[in-house]
Amino acid sequence: MNLTSPETLIFWMTLFFLIFFILLKKFAWKPILNAVKEREESIENALLEADKAREEMARLKADNQKILNEARAERDQMLKEAKALKEQIINKAREEAQLEANKEIEKAKLVIESEKQAAIKELKNQVSELSVSIAEKVLGEQLKNKEAQLKQVEKLVSDIKLN
Amino acid sequence: MTNKLFRYLLAAFLLVSFKAISQHHETAGQHAEKSEHQTENTEHDEGFDVGELVSHHLADSHDYQFELPFLHKTIHLPVILWTNKGLSVFPSSKFKGDNQGKVIVTDDKGNKYVRLHEVIYYADKLGEHEHPSAFDFDKRPLNFSVTKNVTGIFFSFILLFLVMYLTAKVYQNPKKLPKGIAGFVEPIIIFIRDDVAIPNIGKAKYEKYMPYLLTVFFFILFSNLIGLIPFSPFGYNLTGNIYITFVLAIFTFIITTLSGNKHYWKHILTPDVPKLLWPIMIPIEILSMFTKPFALMVRLFANILAGHTIMISLVALIFIGGTLMVAPVSGFFVIFMSFIELMVAFIQAYIFTILSALFIGLAIEEHGHEHEAKHVEHTI
Repeated sequence: MNLTSPETLIFWMTLFFLIFFILLKKFAWKPILNAVKEREESIENALLEADKAREEMARLKADNQKILNEARAERDQMLKEAKALKEQIINKAREEAQLEANKEIEKAKLVIESEKQAAIKELKNQVSELSVSIAEKVLGEQLKNKEAQLKQVEKLVSDIKLN
Repeated sequence: MTNKLFRYLLAAFLLVSFKAISQHHETAGQHAEKSEHQTENTEHDEGFDVGELVSHHLADSHDYQFELPFLHKTIHLPVILWTNKGLSVFPSSKFKGDNQGKVIVTDDKGNKYVRLHEVIYYADKLGEHEHPSAFDFDKRPLNFSVTKNVTGIFFSFILLFLVMYLTAKVYQNPKKLPKGIAGFVEPIIIFIRDDVAIPNIGKAKYEKYMPYLLTVFFFILFSNLIGLIPFSPFGYNLTGNIYITFVLAIFTFIITTLSGNKHYWKHILTPDVPKLLWPIMIPIEILSMFTKPFALMVRLFANILAGHTIMISLVALIFIGGTLMVAPVSGFFVIFMSFIELMVAFIQAYIFTILSALFIGLAIEEHGHEHEAKHVEHTI
């Protein structure tokens, strides 16, 4: 290969290289590299955001579960309380009923007692009346003998037992 | 369907290529014959000078032979000389195709020139039968002519700019996916960024050097590929020209040297060896500043030049053999070589770029890892 004048190609090559380097840098490399970088960044951001959204969703799901659990617990609590209240009310009612019944029984006992007393009193009165009439009759027959009469009376009286 | 179309295209392509080369051979032969008649040198009257053909194909030229089957035309490019009497411009047609120093051209300032193997000398400073070197600046004016390779450089850059400008247009809407031409270019750009620039230069500073690396890579790639297409307006031997690879290597050298930090200079001027060895080490380190770009220059130049030489020689085999029987064999080898050269086109562009990135990376690195660098260089 014959070597030609070196300055010819060196001069033109340097000139064209510099001119086209500047042109390419301005009109091609910068826009392309920037666009590629921008796109890569936007993809990266999108991926990051998707991750974030996924995390958020997981968090929300966990929250939901928590709220649900709380609600359930609250319901259980309420049920428990209601049960207790029911129990309490029933017990109270029962106690009151007992009390009332006792009172009634007491009252009835008192009435019975007073009735009894009254009956006894009546009985006593009747007994005494009967006794008097009996005594009159017996006395009427036996009081011919004074001594016998007295003896009889004494015996009768001592026989009477006052409750 | 596409397959068939592709096959037709390939056939047409090969036909055109061979025809272009054979036609070129005819004209080259005619030229040679003419000049041989002029010199009345009867020794090579019938012979076919392969050396002449090969060097003609590989060398730069003031005339651009437009080679297509239906259009065969020599375009005479302008000659631009910086002489001792100032600027001188005239068309190269004045030399009438002569490259033997027989036609003397006189410009409007009264200077006389002759052309010897595409180098223009002062006619009066040239002795009889003298064949001076192109580096003999006393005997010739400075030559800034628009030669064939200059048009090639321009064509390569214009094509590169057009492709990249169209690519950049696709990105006007940054959300849009790379389609069409951008779909082809973007992976290469991302490859250069992620596998060449970032690993060698580092994530912090690589952005500054990306435009240079991309320009160099795509210029070399485009020039290599253009050189592989064997008919006009392609077929230039740009990256197989040492002046062009010299300019590329010089740019890498300048960028490396200018961006070298204090570690880089410290490594060169006060190497990490016993002081007794400094008289040896410092010259070696300084020398290595220059051998790195020198290796870049020679590697690319030699690879591409060798490829072109093999291809043209294989075609020339047909004419050496003088029979059409050689054609299938050499045709097969030309196709085979074309595939290898296609690979070489990419590989050499990649190697030049990755080594440039590596040298820049070494110059700006904070801690020295020079062993790694040397290792990579040696393996390549």
